[in-house]
Amino acid sequence: MSENPAFERIKAEIDSSPVVLFMKGTPVFPQCGFSARVVQILSHLGVPFKGVNVLEDYEIREGIKAYTNWPTIPQLYVNGEFVGGCDIVTEMFQDGELQQTLGEKGIIPAQA
Amino acid sequence: MTDSRAERIRALMTSRFAPQALELTDDSALHAGHAGARPGGETHYTLAMTSAAFAGLNRVARSRLVNEALAGEFQAGLHALALKLRAPGEG
Repeated sequence: MSENPAFERIKAEIDSSPVVLFMKGTPVFPQCGFSARVVQILSHLGVPFKGVNVLEDYEIREGIKAYTNWPTIPQLYVNGEFVGGCDIVTEMFQDGELQQTLGEKGIIPAQA
Repeated sequence: MTDSRAERIRALMTSRFAPQALELTDDSALHAGHAGARPGGETHYTLAMTSAAFAGLNRVARSRLVNEALAGEFQAGLHALALKLRAPGEG
């Protein structure tokens, strides 16, 4: 079913941690404003996450777009599910929905 | 084919989603020098749109509809498209 050789590696990355962010650069040194914003939100909420730097791996960089049918990076995954890119994560954070979802999944302390 | 990407995006969105409101801004200049930027610009946009087509869909599904309609533009150099998608009556 996966004709794309990157898919198996992508799935392994997504499954390697409850919260995985495919991004440009690293959490400490993001190399794109959109990736930086998602890192900032996750850090602000105290969310432990794994950053996957797509700039270091062309196969994953292109493969991840096909894997999720989503044309841009960053991409955030929680418990293996695609949550969204920068706009969606920002909107969810502003609405309190991100905090609630992460709280319900036990990734951060439950929200009041 | 019209001459600017912004015009093409507006035309595509209008025919595909019949939006009640559509606001497209070209942010390319803000990203000049960034890896995804190109000398001619036309790489980074923000699209705010209200359409009945989004009613009952979650954020990811709404964005996918728009991204799929613009797949050709993504293949032709569109690098980033910030989306604010609403159904009628939503804040």
